[in-house]
Amino acid sequence: MGRLILRRGGTGGLLVLASTLLLFLAGEMMPGDFASKLLGASATPETVEALRLSRGLDASPVARYLGWLGGLLHGDLGLSLTNGREIGALIASRLGNTLLLAGLAAAVAVPLALALGTLAAIFRDSWIDRAVLVLTMVTVATPEFFFAYVAIAVLAVELNWLPSISIPRPGMSVWEVLQVLVLPVLTLVVTSTAHVARMTRASIVAAMDQDYVGTAMLKGLPPGRIVLRHILPNVAAPVSAVVVMTLADIVVGLIIVETIFAYPGMGQLMVDSVAKRDITVVQACGLIFAATYIFLNMAADMLAIAFNPRLRTAR
Amino acid sequence: MKPEPAMQVPLLDIDRLAIEAPGRDGAPLRLIDGVSLQLAPGRVLGLIGESGAGKSTLGLAALGVLRGGQRVASGEVRLAGQALGRLDPRAMRRLRGREVAYVAQSAAAAFNPAQRLIDQVTETALACGMSRADARARATGLFARLGLPDPERFGQRFPHQASGGQLQRAMTAMAMCAGPRLIVFDEPTTALDVTTQIEVLVAVRSAIREEGMAALYISHDLALVAQMADEIMVLRHGRMVEHGPVRQVIDAPKSPYTQALIGARGLVRTPRPAAPPILQIRGLDAAYGEMKVIGGLTLCVPEGGTLAVIGESGSGKSTLGRAICGLLPWSAGEIRFAGRPLSAGLRRRSRAELKEIQLIHQLPDLALNPRRSVGAAIGAALERFRGLRGRAAREETARLLAQVELDPGLAARLPGALSGGQKQRVCIARALAAEPRLIICDEVTSALDPLIAEGVLKLLSRLQAETGASYLFITHDFGAVASIADEVAVMRQGSLVASGPLAEVFAAPSDPYTAALLEAVPQLSPGWLDEIAARRSLPDTARKDHAV
Repeated sequence: MGRLILRRGGTGGLLVLASTLLLFLAGEMMPGDFASKLLGASATPETVEALRLSRGLDASPVARYLGWLGGLLHGDLGLSLTNGREIGALIASRLGNTLLLAGLAAAVAVPLALALGTLAAIFRDSWIDRAVLVLTMVTVATPEFFFAYVAIAVLAVELNWLPSISIPRPGMSVWEVLQVLVLPVLTLVVTSTAHVARMTRASIVAAMDQDYVGTAMLKGLPPGRIVLRHILPNVAAPVSAVVVMTLADIVVGLIIVETIFAYPGMGQLMVDSVAKRDITVVQACGLIFAATYIFLNMAADMLAIAFNPRLRTAR
Repeated sequence: MKPEPAMQVPLLDIDRLAIEAPGRDGAPLRLIDGVSLQLAPGRVLGLIGESGAGKSTLGLAALGVLRGGQRVASGEVRLAGQALGRLDPRAMRRLRGREVAYVAQSAAAAFNPAQRLIDQVTETALACGMSRADARARATGLFARLGLPDPERFGQRFPHQASGGQLQRAMTAMAMCAGPRLIVFDEPTTALDVTTQIEVLVAVRSAIREEGMAALYISHDLALVAQMADEIMVLRHGRMVEHGPVRQVIDAPKSPYTQALIGARGLVRTPRPAAPPILQIRGLDAAYGEMKVIGGLTLCVPEGGTLAVIGESGSGKSTLGRAICGLLPWSAGEIRFAGRPLSAGLRRRSRAELKEIQLIHQLPDLALNPRRSVGAAIGAALERFRGLRGRAAREETARLLAQVELDPGLAARLPGALSGGQKQRVCIARALAAEPRLIICDEVTSALDPLIAEGVLKLLSRLQAETGASYLFITHDFGAVASIADEVAVMRQGSLVASGPLAEVFAAPSDPYTAALLEAVPQLSPGWLDEIAARRSLPDTARKDHAV
C-alpha cells in the first residue's frame, strides 16, 4: 500500500511538471503582447521594446522556462509582466476569497447531493426517486453561465432580493458577506450536485442488491443498521471518488462564476490577466488550478484505496 | 437422552403452505403448493429437488422471508409456536438470527467485503445483548470447532483473505453464534470442490450435533443430504413427492421421481477397445501472462472414444481445453491432431482445422447469443464450416435439433425461451453442425440438475456412437466420468497425476491425490461420511454426543 501511494504521488508530480510545460507553451503561443497593450497605441516601438527588455523577455524561451521552473521550486511564482509586482503577493489575497467561495459551495453541495442520492436509493422507483432523477438531469445539462444569468435576472433584477455582483468589502459583517455570496454559491451548488447525487444513488442501489445485504436482513438486523454498517462502508469508495472529482469541478467552475459575479478571486484574476496579456500571472493561476485538480484526483485514488480492504491489506 | 420427537412441540411447523408469485401473463404461479412438515428440536431435515422445485423458497419461508413479489396464498409457518405471518417486522427481526439463522450457497458473496469476519460473525450475538468479550469467545470457539485455522486470529481477516471453504465454515459460525435453535443451510457446499466439500461437511455436521441445533439442509445432491440429515423430503414443482427417514427414502423410494434420482447415479459405460490417438499432447506449457497454469502435460485422446480430464478448480483443465481450441496460445510443447501438428494460435489455423475441433462450454447461457435465434446460431456454424445456406441450412438445422432430441420448431426461438438443459442441447447441436472429429466438453453438465445432466450424458454417448466423434470431457463430477469416459486423466496444479483406462485409475488409484479425490466423492450410503470422519480421526468429538 505504501508503494501504491508513493507511485500515485510520483505520477501526480510528473503531471504537475507536464502541466507547467503546457502552460508555458500556451503562454508563448498567445497572440498579442502585454507591452503594447499596457502602453497603448501611441507608444513608440522603442518604448515597447524597452519595457519587454525590463521584464527579461529577451532571453530564449528555454531559459525563461527553466528560470520559471527554478523559481517555482523555491516557491517563487515570478513577477507580473504588467506591474512588475510579486505574483505570490498578488495571488495570496485572491486565493483566500476563492477558497471561501469553493468551500461554501462544497459545504452545501456535498451533503445535499449525498442526501438526495441516498433518499432516491432508499425510495427507489417512487416519486422522490423520479424527482431527483429529473432534477439532476436538468442541472447536469445546464452550463454555469446560463444558470448564473437566469438567477441574476430573476433573483437580483426582477425580485431584487440579492445583489447581482458579489464583492465583499472590508468592514462587512459575516452576515452581509454571506448575503453577497448567495448567488455564486447557489450557481456552483446547482451545477455540481448532480453527479454526486446520481453516483450515490447508483452505488447504494447496487449495494442493496448484493448478497451481503440479504445476509444482514436474514440476520434480523434493523434497516438503519444495515444501511450504516453494511451498505455505506461499501459505497464509500465510489462515492468519495466522485465527491472529490466534484470538488475539482467546483474549482474549475469558479473561473466562470467569479467572472460573472465580479468576485475578486483567482478565476477573475486569471481572466483579467488574459485580457492584459499578463502571461506570467496567467501561467501562475493556471498552475495553481492544475495542481489543485491533480491533487484532488490523487486524493480520490487514495480514498478508494483507504476504503477498500482488498487494496488496503495484503492477502 | 433425547426425547422422542413426536412428544415435543415442533420447533418448525409448516402447515399446508402455498406460496405464489406473479407469473409472466399475470396469473399467479404456485412456487410451493400445499407442503407440510414438522421439525423437532435437534433434528435435521434434508430438502431435495431440482432447480425450481421450491427448496430455497421453502427454506426462506422458515425465516419468514418472501422474495420479489411472493405471497403466502394459504397455510402458515410456525416457528417455536409463533405464526410468522402474523408478526410485525420488529418481532420478525427478533426471531431471525436468535431463533433461526441462514447459511447461503455462496458465502463469498454473503459476507460484507468491507468488514472483518469477526465483526460480522458476532453481530447478531451482540444485538441479542451478549457482551463483546463473550461474543468473541463464542465465535473463536466456533471457529475452532469448525476446524478453521488459527481460530484466535482467523476473525481478524477480511472475507477476501479466506478461501471458499473457510468462508463457508465462517458463515456456519456466523449462523450459530447467537445460538439459534434452527439453521437453514441452502446448498452450502455446492460451490466447493469435492475435497473441500468433505471437510466442510464433516465440520458442519459435528458442529450441528454438538450445538444440538435443528437444521433444514437444502441440496440438489441426494448423496450429500443422505449424509447430513435424519429425514429426507423430496420436492418437485413445489409439491412434496416423498418424505421419510433417510434409510427408507434411499433404500426403498416410493415415488418414481425419487427412484429416477437414485438411478441417475448408476449410469455406467461399457468401455471401448483401445484405439489409436486422434489428439496427442506432448510436454505442453501454458500460462496466463506471468501465471503458469499448465506445465509439461502429456496425454492422448483415443479416436472415437472419450478421455475425461478430472481435477479441482484451478487445476488447469479448462485452460487445457482453451489451448487445444487455439483460444490460448501455449508457450512450449506440441499438440498433434490426426497426426499433424496444430498451430498454437487461432489465426494460424486453417478453416478445416477449426472445423475438426469444436468446444461446448459449461454455461450455455453465456455461450449462446441471447439476441440470436437457435436456428441462426446453428445456421452460422453450418454456413461457415459447410457452406450451407437457405433451405439446405434450414433442413440441416431441423435434422440437428432432432438429433439432440429437441423439437425442430425451437429453431425460431431465442435462447431465453429455453430451459437450461435445452440450451445445452442447442450448444451440442451447434458443435455437431461443423461435423467435428473432436469435441471438447468443458463441464457441460455441471450447471444442470442431476436428471437433466443424465439425459445430456446419454445423448453425448449416443451421438458418439452415431458420428464417431472423439470427446475430451473436462469435469469435476466423478459420476459423469463413470458414465462417459473410456480413459481418465487426473490433473492437479497444471500437471498430470494419474492417467489410463477408467477401470484401472478408479479401481486402484496409484497416487494419493487420486485416492483422496475418489474418497471425497459423496456416496449414497448414509454411513459414508461417518466412515470418512472416523478414518480421518478428526480432533473433534463428532460422534460422541449424537444425542445432546
